[in-house]
Amino acid sequence: MSAIHTVTMPKWGLSMQEGKVNLWLKEVGDTIDPGEEIIEVESEKISGAVEASVSGVLRRQVAQPDEVLPVGALLGIVAEKGASDADIDAVIARFQAEFVPPSADDADSGPQTQTVKVGNVEVRYLKLGEDVAGKDPLLLIHGFGGDLNNWLFNHSPLSESRAVYALDLPGHGSTTKVTGVASLDGLAEVVIGFMDAVGLECAHLAGHSMGGGVCLAIAKRAPNKVKSLSLIASAGLGNEINGAYIDGFVAAASRNALKPVLAQLYSDESLVTRSMIDDMLKFKRLEGVDSALATLAGGLFAGGRQAEQLASAAAGKPTLVIWGENDRVIPSSHATAIPGATVKVMPGQGHMVQLEAAGEVNKLIGEFIG
Amino acid sequence: MARKITYQQAINEALDQEMSRDPSVIIMGEDVAGGEGSPGENDAWGGVLGVTKGLYAKHPGRVLDTPISESGYVGAAVGAACNGLRPVAELMFIDFMGVCFDQIFNQAAKFKYMFGGKAKTPVVIRAMYGAGFRAAAQHSQCLYNVFTHIPGLKVVIPSNPYDAKGLLIQSIRDNDPVIFLEHKALYTMEGDVPAESYIVPFGEAAVVQEGDDVTIVAMGRMVHYAKEAAGNLRKKGIQCEIIDPRTTSPLDTDTILESVERTGRLVVVDESNPRCSMASDISSFVAQEAFGALKAPIQMVTAPHVPVPFAASLEDLYIPSPARIEEAVMKVKEYR
Repeated sequence: MSAIHTVTMPKWGLSMQEGKVNLWLKEVGDTIDPGEEIIEVESEKISGAVEASVSGVLRRQVAQPDEVLPVGALLGIVAEKGASDADIDAVIARFQAEFVPPSADDADSGPQTQTVKVGNVEVRYLKLGEDVAGKDPLLLIHGFGGDLNNWLFNHSPLSESRAVYALDLPGHGSTTKVTGVASLDGLAEVVIGFMDAVGLECAHLAGHSMGGGVCLAIAKRAPNKVKSLSLIASAGLGNEINGAYIDGFVAAASRNALKPVLAQLYSDESLVTRSMIDDMLKFKRLEGVDSALATLAGGLFAGGRQAEQLASAAAGKPTLVIWGENDRVIPSSHATAIPGATVKVMPGQGHMVQLEAAGEVNKLIGEFIG
Repeated sequence: MARKITYQQAINEALDQEMSRDPSVIIMGEDVAGGEGSPGENDAWGGVLGVTKGLYAKHPGRVLDTPISESGYVGAAVGAACNGLRPVAELMFIDFMGVCFDQIFNQAAKFKYMFGGKAKTPVVIRAMYGAGFRAAAQHSQCLYNVFTHIPGLKVVIPSNPYDAKGLLIQSIRDNDPVIFLEHKALYTMEGDVPAESYIVPFGEAAVVQEGDDVTIVAMGRMVHYAKEAAGNLRKKGIQCEIIDPRTTSPLDTDTILESVERTGRLVVVDESNPRCSMASDISSFVAQEAFGALKAPIQMVTAPHVPVPFAASLEDLYIPSPARIEEAVMKVKEYR
């Protein structure tokens, strides 16, 4: 019997319980390769595409646009050419008969974030995927004002063949809001401590924006802990940065102030939903966040200039540089700062390219780290 | 780090964190310690429903049991606020505000204005409100509208644990008198609350869920009834936007108007009696400011204009229900 695969409603983030079907990106009969985007789905927080994990032909579109379905519900069927309609119908019937939607009580099931103490900093992180012999783990490091959810569309797909960690940097997400860290090296010190604490001797590092700068600072401080560097719209590779964005982000205290600031991150500004803005405000209103962000911004990006240049730290490390061509925070002209790096500048994309073009970014990183 | 705690725990945590942060914060009220100075446990009771339990042990001498004299200790709290403390007075039931009303509306609310802006009165008065507990007409009222009417007071009605903590912290730090109202039915509600201290600013409504067909403005416990109704309506293809003002004074009129300008249809859900209520107030400013956008007459879902009945069957009828909210939404949706 030819293989028949189900495509199901993904779980993006710990709180997602259901999603709305926006539109199908593939028609019935289309051939599909792993990593290709099949269907666009919207959670309360964000919309994105579901990628194929297998190859085959899209044989059924079970879910219809505008339908709201629980996490894990059947969206469609991808199968090999030889699969018969009767077999496919049987798979669908069996799935629907056996599918139990997660109840609100199950919201806490599935992968859980953990915390580990690094000095006086309690670092929150999420580990997905299994440790695989011969495959060094991957560590994902978010940017300024972000958290581990910035990797929502990357973390799980990249963890199919290795362990992948994502953490919240000091002052960010649910990690301790320490103040006083004002350099990439200061952040790198905590991340190196984190790697030691969770037993990561050597890892592939992927960083977005300021997180890219942190990756470079780690490579400089502890080169033996770094297998490779995947730098996305990275800091540390040139002088310029959009100072209005940084200052606006630090200062914004209301929805109306924050919305136009966040819009600069995306090529598709409609991605900046009310729920995204509300979540960001909730973060910014935690005691200590304001001063942590202000200190960091003052140390790294004062006056719209980047204080630290770290391109030379990549020397001797396999390096992949990814950038959105229309990045409005850090210009894509910085993409060529590292000699010998593999460079991919993606047309039409903005600063949050790992979210907006997750499929392509996942493919690039997956192939690069092997 | 967010974790799930109850509304009641969120209030306790806000008090605890603010008392740790600021030595001028004190708590006063009937049985808020519940044993203070008597043989045995100093902290036996923690308020009528145990909200302040445990705080005496953590902050000895700063949780003060008072005589059963609301006019006395609320007046003392107002005076202490004028002299550098930040008292949080617990008044058990909002229904008892009557006995200390002069201290609240003619003194606390007016000092800043009577003394040329030179006096500040950072007092918080916490009280329980709401029907549903078979407690009859003298222990079940809402009354937030009464305080909303009085300039100089700020009025806060959190509907969930996250807001309860953040709004109470903001209330304590605020330099004006704040009436902080807790619905009895919400004390056991659980929700994600960060362990860290944080504030929720006054005058910023929460958009509980987004929708393009009908705007529902709901407060306190009614937010949850509105969500239940909206869930049923979604199955009928009607998308409701639910707005929780969180504070009725100041009131975030912008968020309500922006929503109604998009949906053209408004239902206001208010557990209070209808005359001179938040429901009539919100309906009135929307009718004035967004008349052109309205596609149907505004609907109010409120209690009737009667005291809260003691008979269980009548009390159940008295409280606005999800079914009545659904009916009201269908009415504005099907109009023309």
